[in-house]
Amino acid sequence: MVKAHQHRLPPEDARNAAREVRARRLRAFLFVAPLLAFITFAFVAPIASMLFRSAYNPTVADLVPDSLQALADWDGEARPSDAALTQFAIDLKRLANDRTSGQLAEEVNRFLPGTSSVVKSTARQLRRVEDTTLADTGATLLLEANAAWSEPGIWRALRKAGQTYTSSYYLTALDLEQTRDGSIQQRDTKIYLQLYSKTLWMALIITLLTLILGYPLAFHMAHSSTSHANFLMVFVLLPFWTSLLVRTTSWIALLQTNGVVNSTLMALGLTGDPLEMLYTQFSTIIAMTHILLPFMVLPLYSVMRGIDPSYMRAAMSMGSRPIPAFLRIYLPMSLPGLSAGALLVFIISVGYYITPALVGGTDGQMISNIIAFHMQQSNNWELAAALGSLLLFLIVALYWLYDKFIGAGNIKLG
Amino acid sequence: MKYHHLLLAAGALALGAQGATAQDLTVTSFGGAYGAAQQEHMIDPYVAATGTNILFEDYGGGVAEMKAQSESGNIQWDVVDIEVIDLERACSEGYVAVIDHSILPPGDDGTPAAEDFIPEALHECGVGNIVWSIIFAHSDDAYPDGGPQTIVDFFDTENFPGKRGLRKRPQVNMEWALMADGVAPEEVYEVLATEEGQQRAFDKLDTIKDDIVWYDSWSQAPVLLNDGGAQMVQSANGRIFAAIKDEGAPFTMIWDSHVYDLDVWAVMEGTEKMDTALDFIKSATMTIPLSGMQDVAYGPTRRSAQALLPEDIKQDLPTAHLDKGLKADGIFWADFGESLGEKFNEWLLQ
Repeated sequence: MVKAHQHRLPPEDARNAAREVRARRLRAFLFVAPLLAFITFAFVAPIASMLFRSAYNPTVADLVPDSLQALADWDGEARPSDAALTQFAIDLKRLANDRTSGQLAEEVNRFLPGTSSVVKSTARQLRRVEDTTLADTGATLLLEANAAWSEPGIWRALRKAGQTYTSSYYLTALDLEQTRDGSIQQRDTKIYLQLYSKTLWMALIITLLTLILGYPLAFHMAHSSTSHANFLMVFVLLPFWTSLLVRTTSWIALLQTNGVVNSTLMALGLTGDPLEMLYTQFSTIIAMTHILLPFMVLPLYSVMRGIDPSYMRAAMSMGSRPIPAFLRIYLPMSLPGLSAGALLVFIISVGYYITPALVGGTDGQMISNIIAFHMQQSNNWELAAALGSLLLFLIVALYWLYDKFIGAGNIKLG
Repeated sequence: MKYHHLLLAAGALALGAQGATAQDLTVTSFGGAYGAAQQEHMIDPYVAATGTNILFEDYGGGVAEMKAQSESGNIQWDVVDIEVIDLERACSEGYVAVIDHSILPPGDDGTPAAEDFIPEALHECGVGNIVWSIIFAHSDDAYPDGGPQTIVDFFDTENFPGKRGLRKRPQVNMEWALMADGVAPEEVYEVLATEEGQQRAFDKLDTIKDDIVWYDSWSQAPVLLNDGGAQMVQSANGRIFAAIKDEGAPFTMIWDSHVYDLDVWAVMEGTEKMDTALDFIKSATMTIPLSGMQDVAYGPTRRSAQALLPEDIKQDLPTAHLDKGLKADGIFWADFGESLGEKFNEWLLQ
């Protein structure tokens, strides 16, 4: 239709129209450009770099390329050849003088704990050896420096760490490992799958709790006078505007052993000994439910505000009872807000960090806390990246399932 | 690699590289009462004497932030206070610079620096600042008839019932478990390097697992003891000392089997202000500034500074109890920190 219309335009006008369209597009783009640039630099680039890091780690390959070359046709069973050992001794001396032997030590240590000090102490001993001596007797010097170099295990670890593209971080993130013959088996340490399932479970409980608390509240607010609703809205928004840390620490004050809740319970004679509530899964769930409640109430409220009350009245006037009328008329119409709220709360809580870290104790820990451990303490950024990427895939997969069965078009924020 | 740097640099740039260049020197340490003591005895005198502007920042320890600055090539810190347990790693990975110890001035009594500093204080990449220690303390109210005295008592829930507050990490807890299980202090790290030794430590921790309250930062330790969340806690000695001294808290510190470590001043590799940074470290580790660290009950690393301390305070410093303690082994934890960290988290989930 539009096309046919354009054909009838004189060429001069068509050109003008096209120019106008281009100018409009450019203007529209300029409006978006600052945000686009910001998101690219501050969000897309760092995340892409972290995702890339989870499978691409050239550190060792860059540090000791010649040694890895010399190890390429080693069978992985007995000690590698003297030539390979000598090459490694030469490389290690260079690293020691560049002060990068620690980077190699840390990478290899990941595949064989205890190796870090072997690499570092050997590097220290080789630092002052003459190049010519090293070329002649490197293998002997290496074995003299530390007996661990005669074990094939340390060389296998080195070769494994030397792979530029590797799936080993993803395997670790799934509690798996690759054996020497290439097959995949369970690791001895089983931790990450447990944490993923616990995280999902806790997020689900938190979503349900915010729903149970938020739905009646939003319903009440949507059906009361504007001034009353605005008054109630302040109570929803006030905590929303308060610093996250303040809200979390106030939960610590409330729930601690001699805190407000326990003193009240004991004063009322409901319990003799103080209950242990802080540093448990319970406290994490309570605090997070409180913190995330506005994310449920706000979309619910704005959708419910738009529901015409006459539909319910019509259903009732035609003889429906209140509950069936609610279930068949009102609930489906409020579903877009409910989906949006539930999805928001669920996705935010899956990746939540600060609250579980502060009030979670042992059993309130979530996957984000172990990611933080690998970022801050063990310095295994590759594993942290793999764990983070899996979390991202998990959320995308859940969103896809949601879209398939419920439909993302249903989501409405207002 | 290049591609990586570019991305990280772009990220750092967009996130707003703070104008560290406006300052003459950025010094980073741990804040709190410790930071305040450093401000008073090290930063302020240096600023007064040289007119240098110093931006004094806080961080939570570990090498992650140094790694990020080093990888992005955007060095924002100049001088940093590091625990020796992390220094080993920061040094061999090249995040902090090698320091020539011959630049250090002699002590106020004329002793050359090489003899004045205790041996552990002069590291390839750092100059010792304090000796601090991880001890345990109990609340006097919880044990009116006498509380736990040794690390064995700490693991004895029969005779000393109550919650034990421990920092949630394998470090120190594994050492304590083995020492309580009868391993001699000098053999602890040797045993802990074996699978059986690690299992032995976890088995020992299992015996008190139900009575442990885990916490995440040192500041929580005195709070737990105070509000009754725990009846005994693991703590950095200065935190308990401050609670007793400043608030009159009814706590008792136990020095048996304490694990001590040093903090050092180090210079970030790649800083443009190397000379000023070294000059600051020279000044901050002289006798008088070091002796000021007694304010927070951390022992000075120079013998000439120890001599200046009043007698009554010496008993509260780790330096008076080194014979009962174990030196935290940075090399061991560089080797096993990650694998034991994973095993520890697995054990917690069991």
